[in-house]
Amino acid sequence: MMEAFFFLLFAVMAAGGAIMMIASRNPVSSLMYLVLAFFALSGIFVLLDAHFLAAVQVIVYAGAIMVLFLFVIMLLNLGHREDIDMRGHLARLVALVAGSALFAAVAALVLRGDESTLASEESRLAVEAMVRARGAVGALAEPLFTSYLVPFELTSLLLLVAIVGAIVLARRRAP
Amino acid sequence: MNLDIESASLILSAFLFAVGTAGVLVRRNAIIVFMCVELMLNAVNLSLIVFSRSLGLEAQVLVFFVMAVAAAEAAVGLAIIIAIFRHYEGVDVDRFNLLRW
Repeated sequence: MMEAFFFLLFAVMAAGGAIMMIASRNPVSSLMYLVLAFFALSGIFVLLDAHFLAAVQVIVYAGAIMVLFLFVIMLLNLGHREDIDMRGHLARLVALVAGSALFAAVAALVLRGDESTLASEESRLAVEAMVRARGAVGALAEPLFTSYLVPFELTSLLLLVAIVGAIVLARRRAP
Repeated sequence: MNLDIESASLILSAFLFAVGTAGVLVRRNAIIVFMCVELMLNAVNLSLIVFSRSLGLEAQVLVFFVMAVAAAEAAVGLAIIIAIFRHYEGVDVDRFNLLRW
């Protein structure tokens, strides 16, 4: 019961934050609504037993990436209301139809799928036993540093390329 | 109808993805378009975490990689926005025609 209550709370926060983000005309309040949605999502991650990823969500997404966005909004002086930012009625209608169609398609898939879509009971028990034996971090570290070691190291290379690329792109051209 | 928390999470994930799509279509500000893309990535993360509960923790490793790629994408994308802002004095996506010939 408690779980259902918190799930409903976080789900309403996430959905409301997302809608307010695309409806708000001020970029800074848009960003703050997105941060709210990300915090609510991290609460849902906790309810789904992904404790480590919930922490990473708050630190990396709501913390680092959103602050980066805020820096850029402030740096470019975009933090005031822009009415031209929202497209006209036709584009809004197209967005509404496309969004509803996408949501309806995926939700119908979820509601129609039977239990076998979400795997069997024994594999679920195996995952739970793994988490209980190794802890939330250990259970995630095991595949990350064994079978996915090469992609993990390549990620560091990707981040290095991103740093260098960001500096090269945002630097002022030499006169 | 009695929804368990996993199906409800999948529906929430579908909803967030749809809102992100609508946001990309309806906004002109390039930074907000980027934020909508981040929201879509997070919706996918949510569904991956739901699947990780029953299909194995490799799905959470995938979420980890999605977050790393999103961070890299945000850094490079925002740098591109700054460069474009210097060129056009604005971040309106309708005015970007660098790749049009």
